[in-house]
Parts: sequence; structure tokens; C-alpha cells
Amino acid sequence: MSAIAIPHPPLAPKRGLSTWQTWGLILLAPYVLVFLVFVLYPVSYGLWLARHPESYKTLFEDPVFFTTVINTIFFLLVAVNLKFILALYLSGFFVHERRWIRWLSVIFIIPWAVPAIPTVYSIRFMLNPEWGVVNSLLFRWFQIDGPNWLTDPQLAMAMAMLVHIWKALPFWTLILMAGRLAIPKELYEAASVDGASAWQKFKYVTWPSMRTLYVTSTLLSLIWTLGDFNSVYLLTGGQPADKTHVLATLGIRYIRLDQLDHAMATIVVALPFVLPMVYFMMKRLSGDEQKTS
Amino acid sequence: MTSRKLLSEAKLWLVAIPVLLWTLIPIYHIFLFSISTKDSAFSGRLWPKQPTLHNFVTVFNQDHFYLHHFWSQIWNSLWIAVATGVITLAIATCAAFAISRLKVRGGRTVMNAALFTYFIPAAFLAVPMYKAMGTYGLLNSRWSLVLAMVTIASPYAIWVLKQASDKLPWELDEAARIDGATPAQLFRLVYLPLMVPSLVAIFTYALLLAWNEYLYAFLLLSHENTIPLAVGLGHFLSSDDSPWELLMATALIYGLPPAAIYYAFRRYMVGGLTSGAVKS
Repeated sequence: MSAIAIPHPPLAPKRGLSTWQTWGLILLAPYVLVFLVFVLYPVSYGLWLARHPESYKTLFEDPVFFTTVINTIFFLLVAVNLKFILALYLSGFFVHERRWIRWLSVIFIIPWAVPAIPTVYSIRFMLNPEWGVVNSLLFRWFQIDGPNWLTDPQLAMAMAMLVHIWKALPFWTLILMAGRLAIPKELYEAASVDGASAWQKFKYVTWPSMRTLYVTSTLLSLIWTLGDFNSVYLLTGGQPADKTHVLATLGIRYIRLDQLDHAMATIVVALPFVLPMVYFMMKRLSGDEQKTS
Repeated sequence: MTSRKLLSEAKLWLVAIPVLLWTLIPIYHIFLFSISTKDSAFSGRLWPKQPTLHNFVTVFNQDHFYLHHFWSQIWNSLWIAVATGVITLAIATCAAFAISRLKVRGGRTVMNAALFTYFIPAAFLAVPMYKAMGTYGLLNSRWSLVLAMVTIASPYAIWVLKQASDKLPWELDEAARIDGATPAQLFRLVYLPLMVPSLVAIFTYALLLAWNEYLYAFLLLSHENTIPLAVGLGHFLSSDDSPWELLMATALIYGLPPAAIYYAFRRYMVGGLTSGAVKS
């Protein structure tokens, strides 16, 4: 790895400037090194491994792959949209100025602040058909036999979506809440004077100021949800019969099976979808930078 | 008027109660199991007949097959989290200073590279990272997880620190330069003291990210001397008759520190971490 070198600065026109530039490069070097060694090289090497068309052929012929793609699309569409509608609604609830609502918001953050494994395992046992609390309460209260939550592939995927929403909802609610708080209060006061209903206030005041934030956040969440390994893996492990995988867990499954080229191919398949969104997000954030500076 | 006020208050409670239940049920369930005997836990009761702390005694004494390495796993988790926090903080602080205050050439490109890393889903980066760590001979060394977590944490860290740094008045730098300060002096005497709240937020962020991580941990570390507690917890489900009451007691011990740290530093976290996200 000795080939990695920090690019030399072109000769600066002023001598004074060049010490500051040199210092800048020295301070930037550690991160550049991390990026080259742990992002650029691995990704390039991974893409090189995934260059064979045969990998894709066997991948597409694997029945698990097809189910996984369908699962992933459903997971993204349903979980992300449901999560954002809820987050938008709850952000409107949490901006109310009450002492107890502030306390509730502190509790509400817990799922996001704690690690995934304890809570997902907890939900996993709650859904256990024989001993889990969900089915035993269903029986005790309504005398019905609850379903096999995690052994029916469709139900299991739905439960994985719930786990994902449980964990990610607080963060996005917080983001949208900050967006709501940035709207000037005068706009709402003016709307009240004009006799606007709650829905009209939302439609003509809240939504127009939040739309950009909402769309950007949804896109970002779409990319990140694609990489949500924990909600699915810790809940179902891809079982039964590998019918509850998403692309993130399938990639890791191929690693465990020691089929690294298939693991890479799984990811490459998603790139035409991921890269435009990543590019869009980068543009968006860089564009912001230009406006402020 | 008062009845209308009461009605709107009732509407708020109508939202609050489901939110509270939704949030707390899985967490209460962990707590419930950790103070229950196995029989009581498996009976679907909402409160154990005889609450017991016996599970915790078993965990602390490492008195079960899955718990033989409990203390060393906690130590590994702590070691990895602290190392990630320190290294991320050092790298990101320097990079943000260079980009934001020194306006180093190529800073913009580096920022874009960092943002690219930030947006790529972590589970996707895991596959090539696993391969690369194998090539570097780092698999099964705690350093592999530390370096992987630094890679994942530093882009966001740089971005947040750069945003905070951009807000510092430029006149400070000019004054320092006129007084003949070196870049090192500017960094140490002007930049660092003013950035303390953001630095605390970023250290906490990286620390929690590493402590909470499961995917990278179980991919990169499998030797029983190097695995952190998260991977140890994952091993519990490798057999059918798992001791769920012990699993949940261990899980509670594992989940408490990050929750406590989060609440202790919440003041910094909320201001420091969401400010950047909201801007877009």
C-alpha cells in the first residue's frame, strides 16, 4: 500500500500562502488516506471482482434473488412512505408547546438511540407463535390462535417493515420537526386571522415550506433503507427458506457462503438505482454550500 | 372555550398514548424478560410472578455457555467504541479545519468523496470492505472494526464539523494571521476552543455508532477473543432452546450505556447533529 501518495499542491503564487496550504494538505491527509484505503480501493477491487457476466447469470438464475428483489421493492415503497407519513404527522404533534410533550419526545427517541440487536430480538420473541406475548394475549383476550408471524414469508416481511419503522421513525420525526419549527409563526397567525382551517393551514403554509425537506429526506431514507440489514436479518435471518431476504441481507448471505463475486454482483445490480440518488444528494448538499459561501 | 380547549388537549392525548405504547412495549419486554425466570418468561405474563435479579447474577458470573466471555466482550465493545470515537474525532477535526478555515485546494473534492461515502448504504460497503480487510490481513483484529467504523463515521463527522466551522467569524482568522499566528496556533488557540460543543457531539456520535454496530462486527470479527458484545448476543440464537431470559438480561446491559450517554449529551447531540441535516 506504499503507492498511496498525497497529491502535491501546485506552486502557489504567493509564498505566504503556501505554508497555509501545506498545513491544509497535512491536516487533510489522514482522511484522504482513510478514504483511499477503506473506500476507494475496496470499492474498485469489488467492482473488478464483479466484472464477469457469468456472476450475473447465476445470480439471476438463483430463485432466491428474484424473491429478494420483489421483497426489496416492497420494503422500500411501503416502509419508507409509511414511515414518512407517520413522521410528518407526528412532527406536527411534537411541535406543540407542552411540558409533557417534551418529555414524551425524550422517550420517543429511545428506539433510535439504543442498539438494534436487543430491541429486534425482543420483538422477535414477542412474535413467537407459541410463547410470544402477542399470540398469548390474542388467545387470552379474544380466544383466537394468532398467526405464525415469522414463518409466513409475507407476514414476516411486514413485521420486518414494522421493526424498521419502529427504529427509524424517531430520527425522521426529529428532522421534520426541525423543519416545522423553522416556519415563521406569523404565517400561521395570518392564516388564523383569515379563518383558515387546520387542513388549509397544512396545505397552504406547512406543506409548501416543508416540501423540499420532505422530498430530500425521503430520498436519503430510501438509500439508507436499502442498506437496512438489521431489521430483516435479526428478525427473520432470511428464513423461512430464504424467502425474506432483501438485497442487503442477500449480499451478506453470499459472503457467508463464500461467494464473494455473487455478493458483489448483488450490490452492482442495485447501483443503477442507488448512484443517481447519491449523486442527487451530493449535488443538493454541495449546492447549499455555494449559496451560503 | 374551555370545552374546546379540553377537546384539543384530549386529541393530543389520543396521539400521545399510542406513541408511548408503540415506543415502550419492545423495551418493556426486554426488561420483563430480564427479571423473569425462564418459565415465567415463556408463559406470556405481563409481570413475573416472582421478579428476580438472578439472571443478572448469572450474566455477571459468566455462568452460562453463551456468557463465558461476557466481560471480555464488554471490554472489546468499549475498546472499539472509544478507539473509534478518538480516531474519528482527530481525523474529522483536522479535515474540517483544513477545508473550512484553511480553504485547502481540493478540499471540495474531498468533501464530495466524504459525502459519497456517507450516502452509500453501509450494508453495501460492507461487502468490499470485508474483502479488503482480508487482503490487509486485519480480519479478526479489533482494529479492522475500528477502522471500518472510522470510515463510516468520519464523513458525517467532517460534514457536521465543517458546517459548524463555517459559522465561525472569518475575522478571527484574519486577526490571527495579522498577528503572525501559525496555522497550528490558529488551530489550537482559536478553532478548537470555539468548536467544543460540536466536538463533543461528534465524539459521542462515533462512540455510539461503533458500540451499536452489529453487521460489520459480525462480518469482520469471529474469534471469541476479539468479538464485541453485539456479536456475542448474536450467538445466543444459534440453537433452538436459547436462554432468552439471559439473552434479554445481557441485552439490557448492552443497551443501557448508549441510552445513558445519549441522554447525558443530548444537549449537544440534538443541536450539533440535526442542524446539518435540516439545512437541505
